[in-house]
Amino acid sequence: MDLSYSPEEQAFQTEVRQFLADELPKEIAEKVRLDQDLTKDDMERWHAILNTRGWLAQNWPASFGGAEWSAVQRHIYDTEAAAAHAPRIVPFGFSMLGPVLQKFGSKEQQDYWLPRMLDGTDWWCQGYSEPGAGSDLASLKTKAVRDGDHYIVNGQKTWTTLGQFANMIFCLVRTDPDAKQQEGISFILIDMDTPGVEVRPIILLDGTHEVNEVWFTDVKVPVENLVGEENKGWTYAKYLLTHERTGLGGVGSSEAGLKAVKRIAKAANHNGKPLLENPHFAARVAQVEIDLRAMATTNLRIISKAAAGEAPGLEASMLKVKGSILRQEINDLARRAVGPYAMPFASEAVEGANDRIPDPLDAGPVAGQYFNNRKLSIFGGSNEIQRGIIAKVTMSGGA
Amino acid sequence: MNFNLTEERQMLQDTLRRYLREQYGTERRSKILESETGFSADIWTELAELGVLGALFTEDQGGFGGAGFDISVVFEELGRAGVVEPVLDSALLGGRLLAAAGKSDLVEQVIGGALHLAVAHGEPDSRYDLDHVNTTASDGKLTGRKAVVMNAEAADHLIVSAKNGDSIALYLVDKGATGLDIQGYPLLAGGRAAEVTLDNTPGEPLGLTLADYEAANRLALIAQCAEALGAMETATALTKDYLMTRQQFGRPIGTFQALAHRMSDLLIELEQARSAVINAAGYADDKDADLHLSASKNLIGRIGRLVAEEAIQMHGGIAMTQEYELAHIAKRIVMADHRFGDTDYHLERFIALSAA
Repeated sequence: MDLSYSPEEQAFQTEVRQFLADELPKEIAEKVRLDQDLTKDDMERWHAILNTRGWLAQNWPASFGGAEWSAVQRHIYDTEAAAAHAPRIVPFGFSMLGPVLQKFGSKEQQDYWLPRMLDGTDWWCQGYSEPGAGSDLASLKTKAVRDGDHYIVNGQKTWTTLGQFANMIFCLVRTDPDAKQQEGISFILIDMDTPGVEVRPIILLDGTHEVNEVWFTDVKVPVENLVGEENKGWTYAKYLLTHERTGLGGVGSSEAGLKAVKRIAKAANHNGKPLLENPHFAARVAQVEIDLRAMATTNLRIISKAAAGEAPGLEASMLKVKGSILRQEINDLARRAVGPYAMPFASEAVEGANDRIPDPLDAGPVAGQYFNNRKLSIFGGSNEIQRGIIAKVTMSGGA
Repeated sequence: MNFNLTEERQMLQDTLRRYLREQYGTERRSKILESETGFSADIWTELAELGVLGALFTEDQGGFGGAGFDISVVFEELGRAGVVEPVLDSALLGGRLLAAAGKSDLVEQVIGGALHLAVAHGEPDSRYDLDHVNTTASDGKLTGRKAVVMNAEAADHLIVSAKNGDSIALYLVDKGATGLDIQGYPLLAGGRAAEVTLDNTPGEPLGLTLADYEAANRLALIAQCAEALGAMETATALTKDYLMTRQQFGRPIGTFQALAHRMSDLLIELEQARSAVINAAGYADDKDADLHLSASKNLIGRIGRLVAEEAIQMHGGIAMTQEYELAHIAKRIVMADHRFGDTDYHLERFIALSAA
């Protein structure tokens, strides 16, 4: 047992920290710190900076232009990036589609799509969930019917994150309506400029626009955009979901969030003293911090298993459940810390509205964030689904 | 012992519930939320005509109610429908302060729906403490800053607390008074508030002290607890319906025991919340009123968070969307914890009062 980083890992940590200090644009970091919406330009600018350094596709093999970082290196980056308020790398291309193409895509698909992800030519979004297929993803209904050299796609996807910025979407579609649920599904790539694709915004309860509905009406998709084999899409999707689940503990963001809570509670006055010195509030903060310290180590244990070549299965589900609960608890502490000033609302619909919202504790929209992050226990397989997986695997011996 | 409403209160509840069910749906409220004023003048007039505002005042004050249970009946229904009109701040808190000051002509206008009020008491670093006032009064001129003042932009008069020497007193400030600056903004759960600054602004002494403010604040606590209860009732009802209709894995999701048991827990806690509101209203004039009110507000804060979070979680993604009714209702429930003292504030006050 040794809880410390190796000398090489420590050197890497220093390198990452230095890179963030030198290269992360201050105005972007400030937006992230205050949970303001990043523009498409902001995100593309950060991607380009990372790409110049060769750090954009962190988990890809070097042969595809990736950084080929170990699980520990990725963890170090995530932690440092969260602490420095760097934007999250938009994951749909780099963490999700990229690995699927590398494992199941054709040589042509790899040669064409992967470089375009790196240089920012394409912005990918994910077409999985449907209005009737959320937790029960395999019940999806969007249809693709083969017609000569094309598929004709009809149906609707939903919860498409940042779909408003994307020009490409990877989709799960039903290609065999007669097959058993999971067996008639294919994985295809759709150009969003194709006639018949329509993106409609979904405004979330905190007033933000980050997800969309995507509608397909007789959309023609060339057959070469099929990934792997027809009707094998579910296998690829499951492979992709294991990639989506690593790092879901969100330890780095939780640590950054907890730091912010302490800063706010130190500045907030309660009976002539900082709120952080109030026993009830201090106890709440300490409780979360204690949990978070243990979870950070759980996270490292799983990472080191992954580094040794073991696939995280159950542990990924456990991290997602515990990680989402802790981050939500931290969001709750932040809104409490702010007191009555949690109530004002900066509407995105009103230009410059942000400037008129009083924020004496420099906390940002903490109540909005509290509501927005309720999504953490819902998306990517809700916590109920994760608990089901844990129970199934541990009590029946197989998923 | 009798836990039934009186005939008059039952009628008030039925009338108000029917009116709001017919007139205050999600769509209409969304328009109100997006409007510049943040509330509907028509709804306000109709609430006055229905006697809803009058029910918040005693007969002596020109109303026909005014007791704890009158207030809880009204606000439970307003909460159930997610009403954003400033009944609590403008009519109840502001109106009852003016009634205490003997301003019967102004109270009459409040009851009739013709006069709007705002109560400017909290300050940027007072948090929930009632006795933390740095605004000063000198020769009838007020100077200082007031934080998150509800309904300030629409108010014809503001009731402002200020330190006059060592004691806190309340003043009536006209909306057009010199040196008065109001910077308004919308609120996450609907309605509008403002940062208010006073710079040598003339104010008429109301002859009221901090004790009078605390008395009005007790009524506001009853109202806030009842409003949150009404909103929790809506949240649980929506969740129950959704669990019985939403199909995943070929069956209604409410048939999964993991969700069914959590729904049952919500219903158990909802009854606790209902009893807490009855305690708040029933002990409003008790010598231990503050202890009871703190107990109720703490419990409502805890259960409110549970209900809002569980209702969203059990719905899943749909509850994250602004256009779904639960989104607004959940925000009302959680934001209620940021008014008149939150869960922790009232836990501390309960401990202090229990020890006394």
